Amino acid sequence: MNTLVAAAKQEGTLNVIALPPTWANYGAIISAFTAKYGIKVNSALPDGTSQQEVDAVKTENGTAKAPDVLDIGMAVALANTSLFAPYEVSTWSSIPTAQKAPDGIWVQDYGGFMAVGYSSKFGTITSLNQLLGSQFKNAVALNGNPTSANAGLNGVMMANLAEGGTASDISKGVDFFSKLKAAGNFSPVSATGATIKAGTTPVVFNWDYLNLPSYVGVSNWKVFIPSGVALGGYYAQAINKNAPHPAAARLWEEFLYSQAASGGQNLWLEGGARPVEQAAMQSNGSINTAAASKLPAVSATPTFLSPTQATDAANYLAANWAKAVG
Amino acid sequence: MAVATTTKTGARPSRSGRRPSVPAWVGTVPFFAYVAVFLLLPTGIVVVDALKNPNGSWAFSNISELGNPLVRGYFIGSLKLCLLSSVSGAVFGAILAYAVASGNPDGVVRRLYISASGVLAQFGGVTLAFAFLVLIGPVGLLFHASWYYDFPWGIGLIYTYFQIPLMVLVFLPAIDGLKVQWREASENLGSSAWQYWRYVGGPLLAPAFLGATLLLFANALSAFATIQAWENQIAYIVPQQISTALSSEVGLSNVNVADLLALGMVILVAIVMTGYALLQRRAARWLR
Amino acid sequence: MAAVTSLGETPIAPPARRPRGMQARRRRRLNAFRYVVFTVFGLFFILPLLAMARFSLEGATLGSWSLSGWRQIASYQNTGIPPLLSAIEITLELAVITCVVTLVLLVPTMIWIRLRVQWLARTVEFLCLLPLTIPAIVLVVGLGPIYNRIQHYSLSALMLFWVYVILALPYAYRALAAGLSAIDVTTLAEAARSLGASWFSVIVRVIAPNMWQAILNALLLTAALVLGEFTIAYLLLYTNLQEELYAISRNTPNASVVFSTSTAALLFAFALLLILSYVGRRRRGRG
Repeated sequence: MNTLVAAAKQEGTLNVIALPPTWANYGAIISAFTAKYGIKVNSALPDGTSQQEVDAVKTENGTAKAPDVLDIGMAVALANTSLFAPYEVSTWSSIPTAQKAPDGIWVQDYGGFMAVGYSSKFGTITSLNQLLGSQFKNAVALNGNPTSANAGLNGVMMANLAEGGTASDISKGVDFFSKLKAAGNFSPVSATGATIKAGTTPVVFNWDYLNLPSYVGVSNWKVFIPSGVALGGYYAQAINKNAPHPAAARLWEEFLYSQAASGGQNLWLEGGARPVEQAAMQSNGSINTAAASKLPAVSATPTFLSPTQATDAANYLAANWAKAVG
Repeated sequence: MAVATTTKTGARPSRSGRRPSVPAWVGTVPFFAYVAVFLLLPTGIVVVDALKNPNGSWAFSNISELGNPLVRGYFIGSLKLCLLSSVSGAVFGAILAYAVASGNPDGVVRRLYISASGVLAQFGGVTLAFAFLVLIGPVGLLFHASWYYDFPWGIGLIYTYFQIPLMVLVFLPAIDGLKVQWREASENLGSSAWQYWRYVGGPLLAPAFLGATLLLFANALSAFATIQAWENQIAYIVPQQISTALSSEVGLSNVNVADLLALGMVILVAIVMTGYALLQRRAARWLR
Repeated sequence: MAAVTSLGETPIAPPARRPRGMQARRRRRLNAFRYVVFTVFGLFFILPLLAMARFSLEGATLGSWSLSGWRQIASYQNTGIPPLLSAIEITLELAVITCVVTLVLLVPTMIWIRLRVQWLARTVEFLCLLPLTIPAIVLVVGLGPIYNRIQHYSLSALMLFWVYVILALPYAYRALAAGLSAIDVTTLAEAARSLGASWFSVIVRVIAPNMWQAILNALLLTAALVLGEFTIAYLLLYTNLQEELYAISRNTPNASVVFSTSTAALLFAFALLLILSYVGRRRRGRG
């Protein structure tokens, strides 16, 4: 570990990509990393998608600007393993087997459950069908176009599961949004901090760690997860095979997976995301219990989309989404 | 000092035997080289990649994908929006250009409007869309336009905002080129204003007007940032779909599809620009 | 004015004279038309800008007023996003470089073509219009490999100038062409050559100074373009002003700094263009 730290410090820089500062507390994580090791972090394209991260790796290959590490959705990770270098962090054994590649080519880092965030001016919402009411005109927004954004797709899938659909067939979810559109309640604009603050998108389907009042920037913001539905999604870390700063990249991974009180896992927890080592940290006591207790309650067994289910959903959306809400 | 004579185009007669004459077009090589590397080459790469498979082999059958109803839908969407914004931009822009041209050539108003046009023709993207959103969107400061989120009306209005200044910039020289003497001549021969426009001004300006409209059309075709900021939950037009094909996180990413759509756009643009070039040739005859 | 004979008038039949009153009425009608047009269009253009200005003065809660958006222009910083000021700086530098390269590329070429290679004029005009019509998204996909090569030499966002010059061609070309057509290039060139000037002198010291207004106009249009460019910088993963504003707007709830910067950029470009148009006039009076 010490040799790694020394080599990384000598490299002095780390290129990261698509890490918005308010997403799962990445702002604090980057600052903490720089403070601890003195390594400068270049953060490119903060609102890029996972595919753009991989594209950047390809187009900037061989330059000093190429991303060193990636934080991407599972679909993109699985499709691009040829670009990554395997690496097993020192806390490898604390990570559940199902959440890492056996050869270490990718490993999940944090996740959350799909939830609905809303402005408290609507009272309390307990079920999705309430959103079809007349006071929600143009109010309900997703985070991104479901045909291209992971969070958008999972938002539709959550509605799908809440309406009685299954993970293999997203049609009920699309129908729900069709109904929303017919009632005039569907917002064609993706939710961002600015639109929420301006009141343009007072109801947002998004990961629970992105529906925190602190992230959203509006103090009267409430969150609920539909009962019986716990649609979870984890992102994955990968290291660029041709990283310009390989030692810094690996040190970053060590930092992210460290169970220390100010290590990556607990910092993600403070950002409202569920770190992948959560179970292990709860049993060995290194978890930040105050932050853990603030996570929204989940009332059903967690469901995670398998790669095939995700692809099927994506294909269905590609063919039917525009018709349903256009 | 002896004064050397020059030929008609200002070339000096070459001293015999001293230097082989270099053809004049060589002087334009830097320009053409630059444009070749940074404009023609990228376009060429896109066109070639459109006809390939992800693994690099040729797949000319990709072209048939352009007939796919989903793809056709995007092109129709693009055409609708471009037609709406270019026609409205052209008509209103022409009216504004005429108003500007018919005033004092040194006046404040003319300067204001030309400077504003230079700036606003570039103004677009996130800030423009957001400005309209806060003006006439669901929580609009001015009023709530129920059609604001309807395609192509809402976005058409936003596009018109930068199409009109572009029209002013492009069309004003043509109106300025209408010599005052022609108007006077036709009046002295007894024509009314309507007759002047119908028989003299109109036909003279028509090629320039149509050419400018085509330019506006092509400009709207390629616009992207503005519509993304307006509504990005649904891809209405080809550039949005190209972006989706390039950056999809859910496994639908396909660079070759993106290139194919881009190829379709390049073909469309080629048609439009040929029309523009032909019209320019007609317009040049009178306004030189 | 109506009594002055004009071109094309044939002396065969006495032309019908318009009564004096009609001319004045036509002028009045024209002026009324102009006032209406300017008011309507003025409102149309100004309202969204006012909305932007209103939002630039927005405070932390909706409906409040605050200058913080304007003050933050100099100080805005968020983790992982470069400071706003550095994006502004880079974009201004980019504007200068792009302007210079565009001029150096276009002015000599256009003059040369006008003088010696007229048969290429149509081709050059066509090529200069092409960038207006090829979508930035298409261009970027094709530029990927080229920029990869460039990035082996320099990682700076200033390298964007290579493609910005192309984007500026349509606007710069039109401005320069208008200037060129207003002066008698051939005579000037002949005169200079007959006095022994080299081609370089002809272009740089004789013709270009005579079209300095058009050159300045082209410069400013290019600058306005660079200040407003977003798509290519964003897709090539560089940070320029517009990309920075976009990143800020997506990552901060309090986006008033986005509006203040945009408003400032617009006002700046507008003021420059306006000043240019006045500077030109005075020069003409003296000459």
